[in-house]
Amino acid sequence: MGKVYQDAASALDGILFDGMSIAAGGFGLCGIPENLIQAIKDAGTKRLTVASNNAGVDDFGLGLLLQDKQVKKMISSYVGENDLFMQQYLAGQLEIEFNPQGTLAERLRAGGAGIPGFYTATGVGTEIAEGKELKEFDGKTYVLERGLKMDLAIIKAWKGDAQGNLTYRRTAMNFNPECATAGKVTIAEVEEIVPVGSLDKMAIHTPGVYVQRIFQGAHEKRIEQRTTRAA
Amino acid sequence: MPWDRSKMAARAALELEDGFYVNLGIGIPTLVSNYVPADYDITLQSENGMLGMGPFPTEDEIDPDLINAGKQTVTELDRTSYFSSSQSFAMVRGGHINLSILGAMEVSETGDLANWMIPGRLVKGMGGAMDLVAGVQRIVVLMDHANKAGESKLLKKCTLPLTGQAVVDRIITNLGVFDVVEGGIKVVELAPEVAMDEVRQKTEATLVG
Repeated sequence: MGKVYQDAASALDGILFDGMSIAAGGFGLCGIPENLIQAIKDAGTKRLTVASNNAGVDDFGLGLLLQDKQVKKMISSYVGENDLFMQQYLAGQLEIEFNPQGTLAERLRAGGAGIPGFYTATGVGTEIAEGKELKEFDGKTYVLERGLKMDLAIIKAWKGDAQGNLTYRRTAMNFNPECATAGKVTIAEVEEIVPVGSLDKMAIHTPGVYVQRIFQGAHEKRIEQRTTRAA
Repeated sequence: MPWDRSKMAARAALELEDGFYVNLGIGIPTLVSNYVPADYDITLQSENGMLGMGPFPTEDEIDPDLINAGKQTVTELDRTSYFSSSQSFAMVRGGHINLSILGAMEVSETGDLANWMIPGRLVKGMGGAMDLVAGVQRIVVLMDHANKAGESKLLKKCTLPLTGQAVVDRIITNLGVFDVVEGGIKVVELAPEVAMDEVRQKTEATLVG
């Protein structure tokens, strides 16, 4: 059974349903699955729960799914760059569950690794820990956080092969490897599909077992904060 | 004369030790990298997934796949390594990062830190701040001593929702350097021409020693 698809729409065929949960890779606009987000917007799937560190900007990234109110709930660590998000949140149209960034990453990692929960010191004594189990280990208090398993993971890698083996480029890696493991189905969009055997086998970041579908797409790679020094 | 932002950053750079792995927060803490002593070997961690963060790129070097935790374009160095978010926070939570210097809205005399939300205002989220203060070996806060209304930001108890409980080791403000110790806040150093009286008057937290 081949894993390679023509484009985002065909890769998503038969997978989307209203009310589903999606893990989306990316940090800010860096390393986001641009084509899959656009295709989910085109498909019009509703009442989505999306776990992603950020929520994009108004007209790019996950912000596109907010335009037609497709998202019911976000699980994120920081959503400060998106005005549309704030409007819908304040109007009660959008729910937000804030997770500390490292806790979100570990929840996805744990969920993908078959670990239903873990204890962390992050957030102890803050409102993040309210209502959650606390436990003392060696005199220090930790809070129980749950692993996250999502119906679908949408990720972006640099190069991939027909086996689903992936490599990421620089900081565009971010949450993509964790999301890849946390999806019941994982779809990867890559800048380039290369022949099986041509990736450095010792430098594959995500082994193909985690990836069910893969396609090559074009990427705008919008920059959020263009900062430079004089040449 | 109280320190200005650059002088605060320069003072904060004295917290660095040769060989340290350091995470700098957004805002004034970022300026600390301008004052790293030339003979020090310091590695900056950016929690979106890189160790060994270089300076901002020239126009020709800009790479959309290479940003820092503030989403700004940056560059890599020879020593740089890249990794995923769970790996990044494993090194944070696991205590492998020596020092974090970050901003704050309020700090309490027991080392509680509030810097992520103001009730009733738009909440943007905590990002990696809660993980950093809970996991990094030493937490130094860099902030103005008072808020815009002139009220002390060094308090007996924080009024804002916490980012972390009993996590702050040292506070550097425009007035001086302060440590969280048993029983309250200890004055370690005063900015030039700042009198103890002024510090007492502008500090709500219990001053000891």
